Amino acid sequence: MKSQSIGQIALAAAAVAYLIGVYFASSPVWMGFTINALVIAVIAMSWNITGGFGGLSSFGHAALFGTGAYASAVLQVNYGVSAWIGFAAGILAGAAMGAFIGALAFRYGLRGSYFALVTLAFAEVLRICASSFAFTGGGSGLQLKLAPGLANLQFADRTVVYTALLVVVAAVMALTALIKYSRFGAYLIAVRENEDAARALGIDTYRIKVQAMAISGAFGGLAGVLYLQLWLFIDSTVVYGSGISIEALIGPIIGGAGTVWGPLLGTLGLHLLGEGAKHLLPNAPGLNFVLYAVVLICALRFLPQGLVGLAGKIGASKKKKESGDA
Amino acid sequence: MSSLIIPAVLSGLMMGAVYALVALGLTLIYGVLHIINFAHGSLLMLALYAAYFLWYHLGIDPYLAIPIVLPVFFALGYALQRGLIAPMSSGSEQNVLLITLAVSMIVDNLALYFWTSNTRTADIAYAYDTVEVLGAFLPLGRVIAFCAALAVAPLLWCFMAYTRTGSAIRAVAIEKRGAELVGIDVNHTYAVCFGIGTACVALAACLLLPTFYITPQVGYTFVLVAFTTVVLGGMGSLPGALIAGLLLGVIESLCGLFLGESLGQIGIFLAFILILLFKPSGLLGRAR
Repeated sequence: MKSQSIGQIALAAAAVAYLIGVYFASSPVWMGFTINALVIAVIAMSWNITGGFGGLSSFGHAALFGTGAYASAVLQVNYGVSAWIGFAAGILAGAAMGAFIGALAFRYGLRGSYFALVTLAFAEVLRICASSFAFTGGGSGLQLKLAPGLANLQFADRTVVYTALLVVVAAVMALTALIKYSRFGAYLIAVRENEDAARALGIDTYRIKVQAMAISGAFGGLAGVLYLQLWLFIDSTVVYGSGISIEALIGPIIGGAGTVWGPLLGTLGLHLLGEGAKHLLPNAPGLNFVLYAVVLICALRFLPQGLVGLAGKIGASKKKKESGDA
Repeated sequence: MSSLIIPAVLSGLMMGAVYALVALGLTLIYGVLHIINFAHGSLLMLALYAAYFLWYHLGIDPYLAIPIVLPVFFALGYALQRGLIAPMSSGSEQNVLLITLAVSMIVDNLALYFWTSNTRTADIAYAYDTVEVLGAFLPLGRVIAFCAALAVAPLLWCFMAYTRTGSAIRAVAIEKRGAELVGIDVNHTYAVCFGIGTACVALAACLLLPTFYITPQVGYTFVLVAFTTVVLGGMGSLPGALIAGLLLGVIESLCGLFLGESLGQIGIFLAFILILLFKPSGLLGRAR
């Protein structure tokens, strides 16, 4: 395992301090806002598996998010299944959708922009389907019954919701770290760096990529289920919408794609920025997206490795600098 | 049923011509710069608003606005490529995709802020006069757009084939370094190409305005269809984009007829996925 630079440790510590500080914040607004950011952070972590480690930039991660949310909601609303089973089903459905899209796209060797476009098209097809069929609630969406309690995975107390989300986020980050430092992670990074060379070395790149899509799908489905349990309502324009797909990729890129902390840092940073802008200009819907876009352009130009990469340059040990690793 | 199919096919062809016009710009940019311009739909939306405001405030007919809107959008496209996309992308394909995505986010959301999400339409008196073709009644505005698309595609092709600028663009597309060596200003040529692509979108907007609505989100509807058209036609192929646009218009119209209006676009996206999977080189594209 590589040693982290002082800057990276400080950055992670700042994020943790913020997340703990939310418990003691004077206004409940902070917690509500951070809860939203954490759900988005999970879909960002899902994108990070394929987009960050694998270099497979998806423009349609809403396909995974929405599938998880709809799988759980359809089971709970139409079949009266318990929220826990819906939770598991959402994750599995996300993984299956990820594997399906990956299997189709990679079977025919789609790369780069083609892969980005095909994922976008899948999200769009699913959005239109979900808004057209009766069992998905059509255009009016699906609503869960309000019934707080552990059995229904609904909590009236925001602090409980927040703590549960922190546990989930920590778990997803731990899994990400496991993947990154596993043999599988090394294969995936090899695919990103040079797919032909990886194949020449005997790596079954097709299988690795499909597996990565399945893992990403599981995380994406998880994010969708979290969204559902939080709002108790989903509709196709939101959960299959381009907004989710954009947020999924923008957080990791700004935070640092292919790092464990990047998606969380990027998403938190962006949401803080967006929230601040909302306070300055209250009647400007979509202003946060304008800000995100400006930050994205600047990050692409000036921070190729995101915040984590920038922090890595601060107080890095000599050896690290030489290898240019971030 | 057949009495419904012919009008559906014809109205699909009319819409398809507009798709083709939007896609011509996109395929030109892709063919030369090898970049996917995500902001294409947002530029269309911007051009629609430009034409709309010219009509609304100054009473300029959208067709007469073409000589005003076209050069402005050429300049806008030129500036966008030269001033933002080229310097900010550091030459990576994925960065270009993301930067154009960012541009579309900025343009769309600023439009939402300044012009609100209200749907606007230009009530131009003659736009819905009908023309009878093969027993189908088609809006005049759509028929004009159809004819214009059929005229512009060959013009653009001739421009690329026979003019000095066209040759320069093709040279840069094939061999960037070689073109540079024989004295072609590559950055300028890229930007010109982006400008022409943007001008195509402006033309499409002026032709579309009389028979279409405008919202800040309208670009998103078109950009996905335009991608499909470009991929189906073969990335970078102008005749391909024309044929594919017409084909997709018909597919959409027939899906709408048989599956219901709300599922009309699903045919387009399913076609998109199938083409990407089975024949990513498209109808007239070169094999990659």
